[in-house]
Amino acid sequence: MGNQSRRDFLKTAALVGTTVTGFSSKTKAAPKNILSEDRMGVLVDTTVCIGCRKCEWVCKIAHNLETPTIETYDDRSVLKNMRRPNDKALTVVNEYQNTDQEKFPINVKVQCMHCDHPACVSACIVGALSKQENGSVIWDTDKCIGCRYCMVACPFQIPAFEFDKALKPDIKKCDFCFERTKEGKIPACTEICPVEAITYGRREDLVKAAHQKIKNYPNRYINRVYGESEVGGTSWIYLTNKEFEKLDFPKLGKDPAPGVSEAIQHGIFAYFVPPVALYALLGGVMWINKNRKKTENETEK
Amino acid sequence: MEEFKPTPMKKKYLTPVVIALAVLAVNGFLFLLARFVFGIGAVTNLDNQHPWGIWIGLDVAAGVALAAGGFTTAALGHIMHKDQYHAIIRPALLTAALGYTFVAVSVMIDLGRPYFIWHPLIMWNGSSVLFEVGICVMIYLVVLYIEFLPIVTERFIGRVNLPGVLKRINNPLDKLLRILDKGLEKTMFIFIIAGVVLSCLHQSSLGTLMVIAGPKMHPLWQTPILPLLFLLSAVSLGFPMVIFESLITSRSFGLKPEIHILSNLGSMVAPLLGIYLAFKIGDMMIRGTFVYLTTITTASVMYTIELLFGVIIPLRMFMSRQVAKSPIGLLIASFLVIFGVFLNRLNNFLVAYTPPYEVHSYFPSIGEISVTVGFIAFEILLFRLAVMIFPIVSVPEMSTQRTKYSVKGGAR
Repeated sequence: MGNQSRRDFLKTAALVGTTVTGFSSKTKAAPKNILSEDRMGVLVDTTVCIGCRKCEWVCKIAHNLETPTIETYDDRSVLKNMRRPNDKALTVVNEYQNTDQEKFPINVKVQCMHCDHPACVSACIVGALSKQENGSVIWDTDKCIGCRYCMVACPFQIPAFEFDKALKPDIKKCDFCFERTKEGKIPACTEICPVEAITYGRREDLVKAAHQKIKNYPNRYINRVYGESEVGGTSWIYLTNKEFEKLDFPKLGKDPAPGVSEAIQHGIFAYFVPPVALYALLGGVMWINKNRKKTENETEK
Repeated sequence: MEEFKPTPMKKKYLTPVVIALAVLAVNGFLFLLARFVFGIGAVTNLDNQHPWGIWIGLDVAAGVALAAGGFTTAALGHIMHKDQYHAIIRPALLTAALGYTFVAVSVMIDLGRPYFIWHPLIMWNGSSVLFEVGICVMIYLVVLYIEFLPIVTERFIGRVNLPGVLKRINNPLDKLLRILDKGLEKTMFIFIIAGVVLSCLHQSSLGTLMVIAGPKMHPLWQTPILPLLFLLSAVSLGFPMVIFESLITSRSFGLKPEIHILSNLGSMVAPLLGIYLAFKIGDMMIRGTFVYLTTITTASVMYTIELLFGVIIPLRMFMSRQVAKSPIGLLIASFLVIFGVFLNRLNNFLVAYTPPYEVHSYFPSIGEISVTVGFIAFEILLFRLAVMIFPIVSVPEMSTQRTKYSVKGGAR
C-alpha cells in the first residue's frame, strides 16, 4: 500500500464505500402497504354474539384445517378456559362473565385484527406478509423462511407457527378469507354467523355505524370502539358493554406499532448517508494515522 | 529488540479438556439431528407465545456481541494504527470469524425453513430490522474470511504439498495463493474499514430488533435508545473478550501472557464501560423506569445483577492499577464484562419479553441448552485446531522482522 497514491486510496475507498453500503440501497421494493379508502373491515358486536362457535367451524372448513363435525361445537364446556388462535384454529370465541346480567355472558371472537399499519408486515425479513388493498394482511408461503419475527412483532400475539413440522412449517393466521373475497364472496365467518354479530363492510362505514350504535343505545355499550385508533387503526373493530382490557384486549397506544422501530431504522440509513459518512471518516482517520507513522519513521532514521 | 511473531502452536491436540468438550459437542449434534427430523417443537420449549428462545437470544444476539473483539481490535490496530497491538489482532480475528460462522449456523437451525436462508438476498424488505441485520452479518462474514486469508497465504505459500493425485495442482495452488496475497496486500484496508462500518451497523441494529415488540418487552429494557446501548456495550466488550481469550490461550499452551499489551488494552475498557453505564443510567432516569427496581421481581433482580456485576464492578476493577497489572485481576474483570453483556442480551431477548396471554413462562429445554453448549464447545475445539495450524498466536522472537500484518497497515 505504500506506493499507492493518496488519490487512489480515496478513490477506491469511496467506491467501495458506496458498493458495500449501497448493496441494500435498493430496498425500496418494500411490501405493498396500500391503504385504500375502500378497504374492508368487520364490526364485531360482542353484545350480540351468543358464543355458538359456528365461525370457528366454518373457518376451519374454509382453510382446509382438520375439524370435528359441526355438532361437536354445541359443547360449551370449552368456553370455560381462555383460548387463543393457533396454527390449528385461526379464530376462537372466548366467554367472559357479565357482571350486570349474569345470564348473558359476553362472548368475544378473536382473530387477526388486520392492522392498517401492521407490525408483522414491517418486521418480516423477506416481505412475506403484506397489507392488501382490500384491507387483508396476508402471508406468502413462497417467501417465508420461518424466522418468526412477525410473532415477536405482533402486538395482538396472533401469528402462529407450526412448531411440530420439520419440513415446510407455515405461519398460520386469519387471512380475512382472501381467496373468498377475491371471488366476490364475503369472509366465511361473517357469512355463517346466525345472529349477525359480525358485519362485513367498508371500514369507514363500519366505524360510523359503530358510533351510531353507541349513540342510539348508550346503555348497551361503553363509549369506545376498539380498533378505531389502536396501533393506528385495525380492520376489525369491536363494541362491548365492558372495559376492553377486562376482556383480554391488549392495552395499546394510538401510534402504529412499527413506528418507532422504522423511525430508528430509517434514521440510521437515511439515504445511506450515515454509513457512507462513517466509512469516509474511518478511511480518513486511517490515512492520517498511516502518514503520521510514516513521517515518524522517517525522522527516526 | 524483542518482537512478537505469530506462530502455529506446537502441542498435542488431545487433552482431557478437549475430550470433554468433544463429548459436549457430540451431545449437541444429536439434539440438532432430532430438531431436523422431528421439528423445532420437538426439541425446544418454544410455543406461539414464545417464538424466540436461547438459540436466538444467546447463540445469535450474545454471539454477535462476543465476537465484537474482531472489529474493535481492527479499529485500534489498523485504523488508529497502534502497532503495539498487532499481536492481539489475529486471535481476535479468528474468534470473530468463528463466532460469526456459528451465528449464521444458529440462525439457520432456528429458522423454520433453513433451506430458504438465501431468500433475504433477493427478497428485500427495507423496513425490516431483521433484514438489515441479516444482510450486514452475511457481508461481514465474507469480509472476516477475506481478512483471514492473508494468514492462510502466509502459512501455505511455498509449502503447498498435497499428496497423491492432487500433486499436480500443487503449483497452480501456490500461484493462486501468491496472487491472492499480492492483491489483498493492496486492498486490505478497504475490507478493514468495511468490517468496522458493518459491525457498527448490525451491532446497533441488533438492539433495534426488539423495539418493535413494544409493550411486550419490560420497560426496564424497552427504550428507543436500545441500538445505542447495544453498540456501546459491544464496543466495551471487545477488549475484555480479547484479554480473556489471550490469557486462556497462554495458559492452555504454556506461554507467558503478553501482560503489558493486555494491561494497556485494559486501561481502555474503563472509559468505554463508563460511557455505556452513563447512557444506561441516564436512560433509566429519563424514562423513570427505576420505579420497577423497588419491587423484587425476576425482571428487577436480573436487571440489578446485569448492571452491578456486569458493568459497575468490572468498571471499578478496570480503574484499579493493581488489577491492570495482574493476570488474575484482568481475567476476573474481563470475565465480568463478558458475563454482563451476555446477561444483557439474554435479558433483552428473553427475560424482558413478556407476551400477552402467556400461559407459562419460557425456560430453555434440555435440547436447546445441549445445542447451545455443544456449539460453544465445538467453537473452542475449532479455535484450538486453528491456532495449531495457522500462525495466529504471537510468541516472543529475537528478530526485527515485523509481522506481515504490520506491513499491511502501511508502516513500511
